[in-house]
Amino acid sequence: MGRCCCRCCCPRGLWMLSAPYYDDRRMCVCPGPRRIGIPVRSSSLPLFSDAMPAPTQLFFPLIRNCELSRIYGTACYCHHKHLCCSSPYVPQSRLRYTPHPAYATFCRPKENWWQYTQGRRYASTPQKFYLTPPQVNSILKANEYSFKVPEFDGKNVSSVLGFDSNQLPANAPIEDRRSAATCLQTRGMLLGVFDGHAGCACSQAVSERLFYYIAVSLLPHETLLEIENAVESGRALLPILQWHKHPNDYFSKEASKLYFNSLRTYWQELIDLNTGESADIDVKEALINAFKRLDNDISLEAQVGDPNSFLNYLVLRVAFSGATACVAHVDGVDLHVANTGDSRAMLGVQEEDGSWSAVTLSNDHNAQNERELERLKLEHPKNEAKSVVKQDRLLGLLMPFRAFGDVKFKWSIDLQKRVIESGPDQLNDNEYTKFIPPNYYTPPYLTAEPEVIYHRLRPQDKFLVLATDGLWETMHRQDVVRIVGEYLTGMHRQQPIAVGGYKVTLGQMHGLLTERRAKMSSVFEDQNAATHLIRHAVGNNEFGTVDHERLSKMLSLPEELARMYRDDITIIVVQFNSHVVGAYQNQE
Amino acid sequence: MFYRLLSVVQRQRTSQGWQNWSPARSGASTAEAHSVALPAQTQVVICGGGIMGTSVAYHLSKMGWKDIVLLEQGRLAAGSTRFCAGILSTARHLTIEQKMADYSNKLYHQLEQETGIHTGYIRTGSIFLAQNQDRLISLKRVNSRLNVIGIPSEIISLKRVAELHPLLNVHDLVGAMHVPEDAVVSSADVALALASAASQNGVQIYDRTSVVHVMVKKGQVTGVETDKGQIECQYFVNCAGQWAYELGLSNEEPISIPLHACEHFYLLTRPLETPLQSNTPTIVDADGRIYIRNWQGGILSGGFEKTPKPIFTEGKNQLEIQNLQEDWDHFEPLLSSLLRRMPELETLEIMKLVNCPETFTPDMRCIMGESPLVQGYFVLAGMNSAGLSFGGGAGKYLAEWMVHGYPSENVWELDLKRFGALQSSRTFLRHRVMEVMPLLYDLKVPRWDFQTGRQLRTSPLYDRLDAQGARWMEKHGFERPKYFVPPDKDLLALEQSKTFYKPDWFDIVESEVKCCKEAVCVIDMSSFTKFEITSTGDQALEILQYLFSNDLDVPVGHIVHTGMLNEGGGYENDCSIARLNKRSFFMISPTDQQVHCWAWLKKHMPKDSNLLLEDVTWKYTALNLIGPRAVDVLSELSYAPMTSDHFPSLFCKEMSVGYANGIRVMSMTHTGEPGFMLYIPIEYALHVYNEVMSVGQKYGIRNAGYYALRSLRIEKFFAFWGQDLNTLTTPLECGRESRVKLEKGMDFIGRDALLQQKQNGVYKRLTMFILDDHDTDLDLWPWWGEPIYRNGQYVGKTTSSAYSYTMERHVCLGFVHNFSEDTGEEQVVTPDFINRGEYEIDIAGHRFQAKAKLYPVTSLYTHKRRKDDVELSDLHGK
Repeated sequence: MGRCCCRCCCPRGLWMLSAPYYDDRRMCVCPGPRRIGIPVRSSSLPLFSDAMPAPTQLFFPLIRNCELSRIYGTACYCHHKHLCCSSPYVPQSRLRYTPHPAYATFCRPKENWWQYTQGRRYASTPQKFYLTPPQVNSILKANEYSFKVPEFDGKNVSSVLGFDSNQLPANAPIEDRRSAATCLQTRGMLLGVFDGHAGCACSQAVSERLFYYIAVSLLPHETLLEIENAVESGRALLPILQWHKHPNDYFSKEASKLYFNSLRTYWQELIDLNTGESADIDVKEALINAFKRLDNDISLEAQVGDPNSFLNYLVLRVAFSGATACVAHVDGVDLHVANTGDSRAMLGVQEEDGSWSAVTLSNDHNAQNERELERLKLEHPKNEAKSVVKQDRLLGLLMPFRAFGDVKFKWSIDLQKRVIESGPDQLNDNEYTKFIPPNYYTPPYLTAEPEVIYHRLRPQDKFLVLATDGLWETMHRQDVVRIVGEYLTGMHRQQPIAVGGYKVTLGQMHGLLTERRAKMSSVFEDQNAATHLIRHAVGNNEFGTVDHERLSKMLSLPEELARMYRDDITIIVVQFNSHVVGAYQNQE
Repeated sequence: MFYRLLSVVQRQRTSQGWQNWSPARSGASTAEAHSVALPAQTQVVICGGGIMGTSVAYHLSKMGWKDIVLLEQGRLAAGSTRFCAGILSTARHLTIEQKMADYSNKLYHQLEQETGIHTGYIRTGSIFLAQNQDRLISLKRVNSRLNVIGIPSEIISLKRVAELHPLLNVHDLVGAMHVPEDAVVSSADVALALASAASQNGVQIYDRTSVVHVMVKKGQVTGVETDKGQIECQYFVNCAGQWAYELGLSNEEPISIPLHACEHFYLLTRPLETPLQSNTPTIVDADGRIYIRNWQGGILSGGFEKTPKPIFTEGKNQLEIQNLQEDWDHFEPLLSSLLRRMPELETLEIMKLVNCPETFTPDMRCIMGESPLVQGYFVLAGMNSAGLSFGGGAGKYLAEWMVHGYPSENVWELDLKRFGALQSSRTFLRHRVMEVMPLLYDLKVPRWDFQTGRQLRTSPLYDRLDAQGARWMEKHGFERPKYFVPPDKDLLALEQSKTFYKPDWFDIVESEVKCCKEAVCVIDMSSFTKFEITSTGDQALEILQYLFSNDLDVPVGHIVHTGMLNEGGGYENDCSIARLNKRSFFMISPTDQQVHCWAWLKKHMPKDSNLLLEDVTWKYTALNLIGPRAVDVLSELSYAPMTSDHFPSLFCKEMSVGYANGIRVMSMTHTGEPGFMLYIPIEYALHVYNEVMSVGQKYGIRNAGYYALRSLRIEKFFAFWGQDLNTLTTPLECGRESRVKLEKGMDFIGRDALLQQKQNGVYKRLTMFILDDHDTDLDLWPWWGEPIYRNGQYVGKTTSSAYSYTMERHVCLGFVHNFSEDTGEEQVVTPDFINRGEYEIDIAGHRFQAKAKLYPVTSLYTHKRRKDDVELSDLHGK
């Protein structure tokens, strides 16, 4: 269903691929696991594997190359990658630009050991390879981050207790991004997950910039003036955001000036537009404006270009790649979720009987959403009704129906050609960027405008899960909420066993209890709700319990295989302070 | 379900009994009728209708007290008593507990005959399993102690274990102990039978009546306020089980009864296909943390898990304990353990998991006795889940205590007064019982220290000493250094350090002891209880002369060792008293005497405003300078001559040490070694300590701890109150005639008893034993409570022991009795009797030869190094 065929037919056991099945996949011209599927013309494209960013140390800190190669050799179908993903078409591009300094931690040159000419290789004798539990933990915890809202005078007056976040890469480098920040000039906290496609440039840019646009949109007129005056007179600026970042969450220094100028233009316009009356700022409107404005700026920056060749190339990569965004703004009991694309926000609600239920606070913008299909059809002439969404993808290519960047779906053909021709060589040589989507008649086909859902927090709303589709495609929302809920309440909500009137033997009870304890012990391994959720998402067996063997296999996949079995997963779990929320309620 | 089931069973079983005693209460009336008319006045009010309350009522009425009212807030025997697993086990670690359980066993055995109420008493015996050698040693120790007090028990082979219990998996065991006379009984029915017998003896029982608080006037119980009206009374007995703490707090001047409840789980199953015989022995697998008994053809199995769940911390009151939630996940480790022990039970069907809270105390011993604050307020509670086993005996001792003023056995270990108010905060109790409950089935090894609820009371030097490697023990909430670990030495982790053999600190203490003998050591002894008694006239001297056996009318500056005796001549306290001036005395007692001694003094002192008693424990830090060079250190610090000509032994003087004035220096060390005690006002403590350490450096000074002190004092035959001495031992029985002045010109408490004893001779004698064929490295170490054999005959038990580094032998102190071979009666013990005997000490079933001594080995005092013994290493700093 909109997912790559590899996933749907993925057997549970990793080592059981059979030859016919393998053949099927190779011939498959259906879209691959990536968001953008390019129709395959030839399967014998050269594989510039050495141009691919390598798995990070974070991934496989403990696996030796030879071990990897063994796994790889056992179940290789890496050539499948070019069927579905864009990178083989831009083999040099990734190499030719100087990697961003921060990339250094992510990328290292890949050894050639696994480079091989594609050919038919069949799964040979299954080989067992297991990571030890501490190895598994070090992989799972590499990117975890927790933030607790500081208490003042022993009391936390914020409606947010804190948040846990984590991400597990499947792509190399990971294309997901996450952001969290506290608004300093207004109240409230911003949290967001960003799922990039066709590279990570766009998601990176959005993760750095979007919250500033939102914060600025929320600022009252006087504050904007004050900031502008400070810039003008060279005084110290008021800080707008307090970021809560994991060391791996980097910001690009080179583009900082460029980004600032765009932002400044935005607030200058806001100042000019202001009529003087200090009307209450509508959060919903602010969010929509910020999203649209940022996308607009991304587009403009790419059209204008930059004299600095590195920056010029960067803005183009940002514009030609894409990203979805799911952002939550929490201020007291007011929760706004702005969503563009197919990441999701899920509210964990604890019922009176202690059980957990999930309330969805975002709509996926993809082919599964009737209203989105409807919208697309209305926005384009009737004769395009059949071509605008094909095989559940926008123009048969793109899975999310809304996204940042992706100017290939926004610009006119003329504009695209002009920019590419005047752009740097890397862009010119890139087959993907040059490729114009089929049936491209009435652009734009894509928008970054978010759908904003407002929710007034109640004491029973205990937490919010923001996650990219990597999580939602492996786990049902109900399970997600239950697992997080049980984790946060320390598991004592686990339904107690009562013998009641049933006939239970000591042996049966013992088996049941041992199983429950195994389940519980996985909770105690994690200090982070997001990590715990990833552990379940990756390691859950048929019974909904974490199976270490499975977890170990999934995590020891070489990067090329990883993408076949899972997507990047990024999760933020925001915990609400029921006491504060309750107090708000009582005030009114 | 169990609840209902049990009550059905009860009704059937006890119908006869209830009919018996219902009319007896008030002439054919119901409980409702009773509740209307509480008597306005009675002698004793007992609160609590569980096994404790009914047992106290039963014994009081047997001893002739008739005017007794028993109040129960719910129904009789409806609290923990109802849910008790019903196992009566005599294999206890304390002798007093063994005696209580033994008495209970005998009492319950004949109770059905006496009252006609079916109690379900079945003599099943019990088997204690050992999964490892240490456990087996522990069982052997208990076994030898059980045998000498006449409870049959034996260490049995695994083959025999398998014979005794058909379902048991014995493959992972190393041994077991069989106690054939242990029993199972329905505790609720026992309580009802006791109540029935008591009511036949005139005790009035009212259920559904709860005590609101106890009325007190001038430190004396005057009555009880209940929800149904007031009752005047002279005695109140708090047997409120887990609510005893709350009830104590409800008083205007709160009475602290430190206990706390934890949830306790046991499992009931349906009958086996071939139902278990009703006399199948009870199994205790302490290493597996479980007990298993037969129950209606199936089994009942519970245990004491490593992670207890404390409950009712906030003092939630429930009339009758409703069946609390079953928590199977919590029970899982115990269930695993059960299935490992009895694998065949896999297919057995579960009936119910019962959750019945049990009450635990901070030191795993029950609480009985009179409140130190309120006369006539008695307590019996905190049974650490052995209420059924102790019920009979504890009730008896408490009844004796109330009727005679003291119980027939030494119960100091269980006395409420061993606790201060300081160990009774809810937080402390909650934390401590979480350690105590698992400890029930943990290995009980020598020198165990509690890990929770620590660092409550500390000396101002605590941090300094801790930084120098001090390891700490706790007494009465006070931290005391055990020994100092040198920086280059590592000790074992807590769990690994548990041993019945030579401990890992042996060498460390050895060097501390050596330093005490050859140079000088400093020990922080601030925990000792310190009182000051002052008066305007001679009142202080008069009252002290009446309370203490030695003559205290000594010149100012003298220190007197003396006992505070009871009417029977037994030691209520053993202390040192310094006469500060004509009208003021400074009294030093053991640490755990703080509450008991205070209560005793208060009770006997006239209400005279001219007489002032003050607890100054917290005002002084005490440093003990032990060793031949202590003189040099102190004279250098004070510029005063400290030699025995100027500062004779047992002398006290206020002087300056370093910059600090007003330090009370006393020439005694509690060890028999030369040296001084410094009582330092706390603000000077750090200064004096620093001065002593820096000046002492050239004399080889070092820190030492209590283990060194203990070794020194035991090798010198210094008995300590609470360990060797108790309320039933007189000065004459421990060779302290010199500390008793029968002819000091005035009467004192206990004089008559001592006079009589002097005439008749003593029936037991504290003796020092030096183990002869004991290998310190390889043999089990003595601890305390080991049986002493004279010419193969059991004559008594040891009270304390230590390794003497000077004699390079183990030394035990213990009492020798002279039991008549024919009648078993106690006879006079003469020095001759002691000296003309071959002695053996039984350590976990192995007997070691020992030499008996009535007086300390004199050569220890005249220890002088010969010139040619001096080594280069003697020049090293210690």
